[in-house]
Amino acid sequence: MKFSVTVTLKKDVLDPQGKVVQNTLINMGMSDLKSIRQGKHFEIDVSENDQTVAEKKIDEMCRKLLVNLIIEDYKINKI
Amino acid sequence: MKSSVIVFPGSNCDRDIAVALEKMQFKNQMVWHKETKLPKSDLIVVPGGFSYGDYLRSGAIAGKSLIIDEVIKAAKSGCLILGICNGFQILTETGLLKGTLLRNKNLKFINKDVFIKVINNETRFSKKYKKDQILKINIAHNEGNFFTDHNHLNELKDKNLIAFKYSDEKGNVSENSNPNGSLENIAGIYNANKNILGMMPHPERMVDEIISNKDGINLFSSLLN
Repeated sequence: MKFSVTVTLKKDVLDPQGKVVQNTLINMGMSDLKSIRQGKHFEIDVSENDQTVAEKKIDEMCRKLLVNLIIEDYKINKI
Repeated sequence: MKSSVIVFPGSNCDRDIAVALEKMQFKNQMVWHKETKLPKSDLIVVPGGFSYGDYLRSGAIAGKSLIIDEVIKAAKSGCLILGICNGFQILTETGLLKGTLLRNKNLKFINKDVFIKVINNETRFSKKYKKDQILKINIAHNEGNFFTDHNHLNELKDKNLIAFKYSDEKGNVSENSNPNGSLENIAGIYNANKNILGMMPHPERMVDEIISNKDGINLFSSLLN
């Protein structure tokens, strides 16, 4: 069973990389741009077939290693 | 006094700290990260470098290595732990120190000598320094921008757990003297028991006039007494 995990910086944590990307796009003429936050994306395949159990396992992976809970939020989606 | 330096793939300040410790008459041993037992140590140093190439987050992978369980056990029984640079990042990833180190505000790797001010000079790590003493110490990092939540910041202040702050030569702590965007110019912190110190500046690079200065020496001589 495959899942995607998206990790982003929390709302009130400064994201200098996102800011630089944002400014560059604005300078390139993309003036509609309001804001960009940069994050990380993981694709995780587990052998568990029960979705609830699998999601619990992915959640544990996130909390124990993939995510720094002080500064990052995460979302798990089945793919 | 016996010390152990933990070595990870990608550590690159492990020899520097070993030289500094030996110069100060510590009986030092290097400990590879795959070891599951620590030699008897009064001080454990988690050195600077780029453990695991900073994969995932700086210090994240090293923070889950085999030897770290032993470091955590030793820390909880009161052993002195010093994390320098990547070592500080690793200690925050293990949870031994709260807070985290974000990417430098200007997105640049910074390698230069900066001034830091001794905020708490009453710990096992700092008692040979004077309060508010200004030290000139090298920093070399890409993720040194200290960040933590409001509660922890208050705890750091109320319990006098801030070890060093970035300042100018005269000791003024301001945005101008903040090289990396750290919250309140914080350059190093203690845990609540003050047996763990994490700091971004490199005291081990400041133990010899020939290559730099001796501003780092008193950190090691504090530990010896």
